[in-house]
Amino acid sequence: MALRIFRGLLLAVTLLTVALNLPQAAETVNDQLLMAKKPVRYLSEYGLFLDKPARIPNARVISYDLNNPLFTDYAQKLRYIYMPENSAPAPYNESDVIEFPVGSVLIKTFAYPRDFRSPDKDISFIETRLLIHKKEGWKAYPYVWNADQSDAKLKVAGKRIPVSVIWEDGSKGTVDYAVPNMNQCKGCHVNALKEFAPIGPKVRNLNRIHHSDAGQRHNQIAYLRDLGFIGGGPDKASEMPKVPEPFTISDGNLFDRSRSYLDGNCAHCHSPGRPADTSGLYLNFEENREVHWGVNKPPVAAGRGSGGHLVDIKPGRPDQSILLFRMQSTDPGIMMPELGRSLIHKEGIELIEKFIKALD
Amino acid sequence: MKKSVQKSFGVALFTLVVTGVCNSAIAKSEYFVSPGPDAQEKLQEAMIVAEPGDVIKLDAGVFALSDGLSLDVDNVTISGQGMNKSILSFKSQKAGSEGLLVTSNQVVLKDFAVEDTKGDAIKVKGVDGIAMIRLRVEWTGGPKTTNGAYGLYPVQSKNVYIDGCVAIAASDAGIYVGQSDQIIVRNSRAEYNVAGVEIENSFNADVFDNVFTNNTGGMLVFDLPNLPQQGGRDIRFFRNISKDNNTPNFAPEGNIVAIVPSGTGMIVMANENVEIFDNEFSGNDTMNVTVASYFDDYDDDTYKPTPKKIHIHDNVFGKSGLKPDSGMFGTIVNETVGTPVPDVVWDGVLPLMDYVFFGQAEGDKLAMHDNKHLADSRPFGNANMIMHVIAPIFHEAKFDLETYNKSYPSLPEVEVIIRGRPAQELMN
Repeated sequence: MALRIFRGLLLAVTLLTVALNLPQAAETVNDQLLMAKKPVRYLSEYGLFLDKPARIPNARVISYDLNNPLFTDYAQKLRYIYMPENSAPAPYNESDVIEFPVGSVLIKTFAYPRDFRSPDKDISFIETRLLIHKKEGWKAYPYVWNADQSDAKLKVAGKRIPVSVIWEDGSKGTVDYAVPNMNQCKGCHVNALKEFAPIGPKVRNLNRIHHSDAGQRHNQIAYLRDLGFIGGGPDKASEMPKVPEPFTISDGNLFDRSRSYLDGNCAHCHSPGRPADTSGLYLNFEENREVHWGVNKPPVAAGRGSGGHLVDIKPGRPDQSILLFRMQSTDPGIMMPELGRSLIHKEGIELIEKFIKALD
Repeated sequence: MKKSVQKSFGVALFTLVVTGVCNSAIAKSEYFVSPGPDAQEKLQEAMIVAEPGDVIKLDAGVFALSDGLSLDVDNVTISGQGMNKSILSFKSQKAGSEGLLVTSNQVVLKDFAVEDTKGDAIKVKGVDGIAMIRLRVEWTGGPKTTNGAYGLYPVQSKNVYIDGCVAIAASDAGIYVGQSDQIIVRNSRAEYNVAGVEIENSFNADVFDNVFTNNTGGMLVFDLPNLPQQGGRDIRFFRNISKDNNTPNFAPEGNIVAIVPSGTGMIVMANENVEIFDNEFSGNDTMNVTVASYFDDYDDDTYKPTPKKIHIHDNVFGKSGLKPDSGMFGTIVNETVGTPVPDVVWDGVLPLMDYVFFGQAEGDKLAMHDNKHLADSRPFGNANMIMHVIAPIFHEAKFDLETYNKSYPSLPEVEVIIRGRPAQELMN
């Protein structure tokens, strides 16, 4: 009931905004174009949003969040999932990424506020990435926003975009934002069968309160289930696996929050069958063999990424742990993750430093 | 027949020419990319929009690149005008942990150079069929700890072919093949690297007719624990020259090759069935060949740390082992077997029960015969490391070769098949 009222309200707001906001894009999502072999040139052609600037999602384009998002140079991320009408719900699945059916689209927009002291104001979109589940498999397309924020254009070969920002402490800075090329997308978005695949939407990452449902404390998975996007699974959120939010102290102990951080930032490559499994370092949340998640594990092909240290994690000694050393670097021959950041993640480093210090 | 490529890909940037007469069913396009300010984008776009069968040709000149390149389309050829003419320079690289990453099958790379990458030069991961022909990978400032780790770096791959390549100044291995199967490395030269060539956790490799000089160590065959593929086996090294490998070790601490003593001709660590024959070893100040077990602590029940069935025959050993490296490894060699260090040193390490009670199974023993020892150094030494560690006062090395004067049947030739035929045929 509450949900219905909420959706009604959303529709009203949407219609009002659309009426005031010209030019407008398609009124329905263009499934035919989404399923075509070639991508369209401009994001708005798909009709995933009611407006060209992509602020108002179309029907069945549902926003969601993750418990342990990847750090990407402090960019804000807006995530949506679209499923066509009459799609069968994606089966609830605790062990791997939820398999959304052919026709589904995962949408992620990377954005920066002009001033991080007011993170909700003056937000510029930089890039919108689509992961489209076509008949022949998942495909990734990066769309780069134009300067006047009126539409985003396909860019397959990657691009560097300097973004001016004011940080939380009031200092001015520039982010050397890198739009990945299509191959770089596949550098991370590949499953054990070498097929292109989504990374984020797993039950354990999605199991949280849905942000748009303020006051109702509606669980995100339950919410997606009510919409018919996910089918099956336990009724109670407490019966579904969950990783804690790394930076919310009340959400879990230091160990779990740190493993959650590493899971969100490293495990897309560092887990069995994934691109960095050649190293034998597995940072997925469920890995419980100490040596494989890094404890006293010597590196295999780290090169100067070792920083002169002997093991990935030396319990009690963050200053002698390769894992932390590589998080602290922005040198392409050293840094981890290899892609997606040009800045260091201070809060992440503080967390992992504490985590390694507390190990014995 | 001109291939239509979607406009949105911005293909107007390339010169798209048509090669040959299209009497085959598959159209074959050729991209021709020249150096210039937009070379990064042009080259990367070509590697994205190419279709199986296509050729990407590199013009002569220096391509100044700022980001790593990657190829993920099967059966593409990237071909330059020669390893000293078409040069991909990553001197001002901003991102990417390698120069070129290949993740697709049946790719042929030939006749170009990759220089000064921040990380590895050319990495190839998880493919079936990769040919690297007449490539040069080099860090042009010479040996430095800040150089990238690997030059040619195929890993977790099958049917790996490296022919006529040059690798210089990698801070790990110039030519590294890891966790792979069906491998040929031939006619290549590696110098001023920490390791000239390293075959690690791999099966069925032939390494022959190569020259390894001025590295820290010339040739390494390693097997390491806790990796998806381990149990390295069935590897032949023949007709190689490994000499004067006396460059001080410049690998960053923590990497396995950082233990390699300066002045090493060859190390065989762990592995089973390694045949070493018709090679020339000389001028290696620590030792010509050592056969050793994995020495570090590890937590892996499936791992076998001791080498088995290492067969060393018909090699020529020149003067070596006169000035062992003063690091940990070199010092132990010096302390246990003395100088001049024998041409072949075995660490003598066995699983403890075998060492104390049973001795090594006859069928696993090191085998040596018909080697030529030109210098008057001792041909063989068993360093008896276990005793050296647990009861040094009772330690003595053993130099008697008779126990090991035996032979094993030769290992079969390795065949590498790429694009349906023996990889050697791709040389032309």
